Amino acid sequence: MKYHELTIERAVKLIASRQISSVELTSYLLDRIEKYDDEIGAFITVDKTMALDQAQKADKLVADNQIQSLTGIPIALKDLLCTKGIKTTCGSQILNNFIPEYDGTIVKKLKESGAVIIGKTNLDEFGMGSSTENSSYKITTNPWNKDHVPGGSSGGSAAAVSARFCCAALGTDTGGSIRQPSSHCGVVGLKPTYGRVSRFGLVSYASSLDQIGPITKDVKDAAILMNVISGNDNMDSTSAKVDVPDFMKAFDQFEKGSLSGMTAGIPNEYLSVEGIDPDVENVFNEAKRVLEELGVKIIDISLPHTDYVVAAYYIIAPSEASSNLARFDGVKYGFRETVSDDLIDMYKKTKSKGFGPEVKRRIMIGTYALSAGYYDAYYGRASKVRTLIMNDFSTAFNRCDFIISPVAPAPAFKIGENIDDPLTMYLTDIFTLSANMAGIPGISVPAGFSSKGLPIGIQMMGRQFDELSLLRAGYGFEKTIQLDKKFPDL
Amino acid sequence: MKISTDEVAKIANLARLEVEKSQQKKMAEQLSNILGYIDKLKDADVKGVKLSSGAGFMNNVLREDEVRLSPGPKVTLANAPQKDEDFYIVPRVVK
Repeated sequence: MKYHELTIERAVKLIASRQISSVELTSYLLDRIEKYDDEIGAFITVDKTMALDQAQKADKLVADNQIQSLTGIPIALKDLLCTKGIKTTCGSQILNNFIPEYDGTIVKKLKESGAVIIGKTNLDEFGMGSSTENSSYKITTNPWNKDHVPGGSSGGSAAAVSARFCCAALGTDTGGSIRQPSSHCGVVGLKPTYGRVSRFGLVSYASSLDQIGPITKDVKDAAILMNVISGNDNMDSTSAKVDVPDFMKAFDQFEKGSLSGMTAGIPNEYLSVEGIDPDVENVFNEAKRVLEELGVKIIDISLPHTDYVVAAYYIIAPSEASSNLARFDGVKYGFRETVSDDLIDMYKKTKSKGFGPEVKRRIMIGTYALSAGYYDAYYGRASKVRTLIMNDFSTAFNRCDFIISPVAPAPAFKIGENIDDPLTMYLTDIFTLSANMAGIPGISVPAGFSSKGLPIGIQMMGRQFDELSLLRAGYGFEKTIQLDKKFPDL
Repeated sequence: MKISTDEVAKIANLARLEVEKSQQKKMAEQLSNILGYIDKLKDADVKGVKLSSGAGFMNNVLREDEVRLSPGPKVTLANAPQKDEDFYIVPRVVK
């Protein structure tokens, strides 16, 4: 048996039936990380002792027949999620010594379900980037081709799942940061509806857009994790008070009747986006054909304000960031520059040394957009455009159950290729930003490969709180093309 | 929108950042480039459109006031870069 190939679903069964122990599985994966992660760079922190301790506790629970949904399962967490007693850096030097005194709600939920936290994964600093090159700690490579980026910002989590360093991982998605790296690394990534998952203990980047979600080897595992992490939390006032379905029901629905009766929309505006790579186009067209064969009715829809999405997002997200990141001032936690003239000078020196270039750029844009005299022209206008984008989706979902599109215009680019050109990097987010702006769920499922052998995913976006339709369609698609069994040689 | 190096210095001060003189020109160019793209928002017809601050539900989240223990200074100050028992140490504010 190859432990690294195990999905959550299989590992849970094997552990519960005592065919393997969590300590065996966890040690095996820790060895694998030690052997290969020098090249991949998926992890910032791996706390072996703590992981093995959790695994031992899980095995004891199994011995006592107290089995939960994730008992003994090694999960990796993006290093933007607060973990009690484990360094949480957010990929930033400003938090290079930050050890949270508490677990975020989601980390707590994972632990209560028996999961083993195997490590904290690399990311673009505070989630700001699309390639994980903005981490101040290390470069993460794409396990399929180490000259290429893994995508971002949850690039470490996606690479860790792709490289089979863990059963699954959690990422966060503010503008595509779960879906895009999942697409680039050939794994499944789900951004839930805004409010579905508590953000308490997730270090805020853009609070009206951020959402935590699973990155997994297959669609079923995404549902298993959604069952654990979803639900209202009184520690997060933006978490929604809505019923949480059993996400595994999505698969019964598929087994009962393929995907017939479902309608998928393709936005006209997406087809005319400039610079779509021919490989991405081919994979998308083939995916469309597969869905049709499964009984999905495909229709043309329109999202008329698509052309404004990137511009509106890159006002709203940096504005929120400029406010959220003001807390890193060298007083309460994190790095402080001690040589300074006075308090204001200490703030300035601390932030200037602690933050990397992209974070500074976004703070500058946000500060400018919110400064006296510019508010109406930028933030006010972008927030109105956001209303129009949300209305576009409401109208579209009157005619279809979900929307399909590419995840990114091109497969993973080479490391260093776009690093000095922030605007070009922003433009590659065109297909993923809308789901965050409208607060709807989106999933990326592996759909094919480029001519150079790099993975390419397909995105499905659904109505608010209808992750079930995405899981159902994603599962049907995955069962048909069977890419969930493919992973890279390290 | 063109951003000058003077404006870069002004915004940096508002943001409590320092942008070194040697970096101001590059920052001004990058910001001008990004804000130039963002100018396309001016073409959007937003007349009469309401502002959305997010996709969350627009309901109040209220609860009864209840007495709970605070984590206390030991936990709260655990990550403080400089502290003296129960206090954060900061550079002198009063001259």
